[in-house]
Amino acid sequence: MARKSPEVNAGSMADIAFLLLIFFLVTTTIETDSGINRKLPPMEDVVDPPIIKQKNIFTVVVNKNNMILVEEKVMAISEIRKAAVKFLDNGGGVGKEACDYCKGEKDRSSSDNPDKAIISLKNDRETDYKVYISVQNELVAAYNDLRDREFLSLYPNERMSFVEADKKYTDPRTSERVKASLKPKLSLVKDMYPQKLSEAEPNKNN
Amino acid sequence: MSKFKKKKNGEQPAINTASLPDIVFMLLFFFMVATVMRDNTLMVDNKLPAADQVQKLDKKDRVIYIYAGKPSARYESKYGDQARIQLNDKFSVVSDVGAYVLAERATKREELQNVLTTALKVDGETNMGLISDIKQELRKVNALKINYTTRIGDYTQNR
Repeated sequence: MARKSPEVNAGSMADIAFLLLIFFLVTTTIETDSGINRKLPPMEDVVDPPIIKQKNIFTVVVNKNNMILVEEKVMAISEIRKAAVKFLDNGGGVGKEACDYCKGEKDRSSSDNPDKAIISLKNDRETDYKVYISVQNELVAAYNDLRDREFLSLYPNERMSFVEADKKYTDPRTSERVKASLKPKLSLVKDMYPQKLSEAEPNKNN
Repeated sequence: MSKFKKKKNGEQPAINTASLPDIVFMLLFFFMVATVMRDNTLMVDNKLPAADQVQKLDKKDRVIYIYAGKPSARYESKYGDQARIQLNDKFSVVSDVGAYVLAERATKREELQNVLTTALKVDGETNMGLISDIKQELRKVNALKINYTTRIGDYTQNR
């Protein structure tokens, strides 16, 4: 028997596919998370805490009214970056502690060199998270500004800033060869301005 | 000789839509592959603060997520309007964080267990007290790499 079976009507196939497509379109979140990386100090108490000179500490306090005190002076968020750069880049040390790449004021009453300089960020239990993040952001920006400057002056051939180079280094698409050539440069600049940012435990007495 | 005469019915032939399903299926497969389903339903408000000095987070399998913020409107009557921590799909208290991180760590592959990052997805309006408590708990279980997850934007948006 050569009877033809009737063809299945495929006209609604597109409708079904569209339905599925729209479902996946709606549920898709192509999200890439990003944020500020931090390393917490380990729990064990340091037996013999090193003595740090007061002039090497840059204290930033955010109080419960979200006001910012930098070295005991009230400051707006927009000024923090400049103040932190000034402190880190001061290079007031002499002899062995001198800093030959710092372009700061060499003030004897401020930090000796970027390796010694520590930024201490304190907050209150009632500080808003977003203000705290803003301050963190500006402090990280201060480090990044200085690293950018050094990276550009040391490796002008790279034609990118430290932040861009770091991003390229962490990008999985970058080839191993490029990574290997970037790594020593990045770590050198990182060591010139090490990120010494301490987050103290908040005050409990209020 | 009418056999070879062209039919003249004046109308344009309809466009062939037979390949339309193929095109749509192609799109469908693209979105199916690119889709990342949200594995946690958010039960807290989660408007992340903005920052621009950010680094990308590691791959998903190396990250432990901790959410915190005010309970969303749906849960407000039951859980109040104070900021809370959300671990997986339920509200938790600070003392649960350590156990949660250890349990999550145990589910990861062994070679990844030392490189895990804890991502704190915290609403901007939260008080720092809660975050400090979480940080203390994380220090206790030696989960020291953390990431304050943020939106990308200028800090002036944080008000």
